Amino acid sequence: MSKRLELVCPAGTPAALRVAVDAGADAVYLGFRGATNARNFPGLNFSLDELDEGLAYAHDHGGKVFVAVNTFPEAGNPDPWRRAVDDAAALGADAVILADIGLAEYAANNHPELRRHLSVQASASTAEAILFYHREFGIKRVILPRVLTVAEIAALNRQTSVETEVFVFGAMGVMVEGRCSMSSYVTGRSPNLCGMCSPPSHVRYLDRGFELVSKLGEYTVNVFPGDELAGYPTLCRGRFVARGRASYLFEEPTSLNVIHMVPELAKAGVAALKIEGRQRGRAYVSEVVAAIRRVVDAAARGEPIPPVDLADVTEGGRQTPGGFHKSWH
Amino acid sequence: MAPMTAKLTLGPLLFHWSAEKQRDFHFRMADEAPVDTVCLGEVVCAKRAPFFEPYLPEVIERLEAAGKEVVLSTLALVANERDMERVRALSCEPNFFVEANDVAAVALLSGRAHAIGPFVNVYNEETLRFLARHGATRVCPPLELPAKSISILARTDAVEMEVQVFGRLALAMSARCFHARSRNLHRDSCQFVCEEDPDGMPVETLDGDPFLAVSGPQILSYTFGNLVRELEALRGMGVRRFRLSPHDIDMVSVAQIFRDVLDGRKDPEAAFQTLGDLVRGVPFSNGFYYGAEGVRLCAPSGQTAAGPALGDIH
Repeated sequence: MSKRLELVCPAGTPAALRVAVDAGADAVYLGFRGATNARNFPGLNFSLDELDEGLAYAHDHGGKVFVAVNTFPEAGNPDPWRRAVDDAAALGADAVILADIGLAEYAANNHPELRRHLSVQASASTAEAILFYHREFGIKRVILPRVLTVAEIAALNRQTSVETEVFVFGAMGVMVEGRCSMSSYVTGRSPNLCGMCSPPSHVRYLDRGFELVSKLGEYTVNVFPGDELAGYPTLCRGRFVARGRASYLFEEPTSLNVIHMVPELAKAGVAALKIEGRQRGRAYVSEVVAAIRRVVDAAARGEPIPPVDLADVTEGGRQTPGGFHKSWH
Repeated sequence: MAPMTAKLTLGPLLFHWSAEKQRDFHFRMADEAPVDTVCLGEVVCAKRAPFFEPYLPEVIERLEAAGKEVVLSTLALVANERDMERVRALSCEPNFFVEANDVAAVALLSGRAHAIGPFVNVYNEETLRFLARHGATRVCPPLELPAKSISILARTDAVEMEVQVFGRLALAMSARCFHARSRNLHRDSCQFVCEEDPDGMPVETLDGDPFLAVSGPQILSYTFGNLVRELEALRGMGVRRFRLSPHDIDMVSVAQIFRDVLDGRKDPEAAFQTLGDLVRGVPFSNGFYYGAEGVRLCAPSGQTAAGPALGDIH
């Protein structure tokens, strides 16, 4: 038996939503403007009207829309997060993606009919944690943290009936999701509260003539010789010095790519595959979604995986199987 | 109103010390340090745990004989069945107060009294109340929480609030071991190189600025968090428990200094200076408390900046 995996695709903008649906997305995920979702970058995300239109477009074309409300509500200020859940429910979103315990409880109590997914930001990496969210808040699907190997994912799926969704392509944080304060240590803005890691407002490039320095806040994250293209200073993919040796201590500038493992993931009992990249443009979304669509369909038919070359759209042109493979750890 | 007695907790050791060194350290803390509570248990890397385990009973006995409460802290990242077994074993200890550092442990401890450590995301009062209803009686929230949030959480009176006031700030965890990676080793064959850095491996930027410290799969700040000058303000918010994170320095003196400030026997500013000598020149930080960059050292003030509310209208 070959179960067809659901393909969940990023929509940072209404235009990206449409091209993702056109390219074969079974579902798109998106967020409202502001701090209530984990990709709170300038020029991204949806207004209420845009979500309304996006929902109509997706539903007309047989696609679903998941709304991420996956940051952690600030103490004393729950309203923006609650309103985001209320609005998603009122407009008819197919699911909300939540990370905070208090907000999950709010959604379960106030919108029991609205499907609830657990965000990767909640970092539920065990059957015990997943069953806890399922039991307490009726979570139907969990997006798994990128710390698990395929064997560990298969073991999890044997222990619970909660659907699992895994990231297969795109930028990949090295640290456990939702539990990293490196960016707030340097910029004062917490990804968990503000939805921004290494925010552009704190990024500087310093031209020293013979080299280009990328900085986040006061700290040098990387130095590039004159002829090298300077990357964005995401902290966990910077170059640092330990024991007198400079290296990409945490992770190289590279992208997650495990699309060749789609049949294995299907066998491991995964329900959905997720593509990262709400910050990416239409061309990227269109190309990546279409390519992975072909892979998923071939796998569902039991056919060999068609060759797919996405090197030109990946960070630094380099790809990694990430935590799915034991060798990464 | 009489001030509530403030208590000191020695947090779990976040670094890999030899089993004998850990034993002797905790014996000394039992005999000499004015702390009320000591957290034991491996939080950072499950591979380290077996070394100290044989000494655990005698260390617990010594601490309890000295009148100290013992808390067993669970792993911050539970990624496989081997890790889960460890959490299960601790959570099933009926005679111990257990600190959950992952939702898996929260699930297992639900329904009985337990503590919540800083690796569980407790950012707001709704989450805090939920956890309290399920048995949490003491919560040490994420280290990046500003005073404004701490004060709102403390005001709920749902649990006993604990705030880390001394030690490097644990900033992130990974499935990958950076200590091993720095030596081109794999986590499975790491040779426990993390033991060479009893306060973490210093990490500098390419421009030579001290930045972070690495303990296996955990990233910490290079600076030592220090809220000795903010203790009074924290007490004013209703925080009654203060956590000292253990380091390879004279922790008995560190604990004594915090005890003296809490008891009004020592001036906070003088205490701040003395602590500076004890950490041998490593800079202090308190920025998270003031809602600023965590690395920053802000001038102490009774007031905290109100700061703009998050979650702009969408």
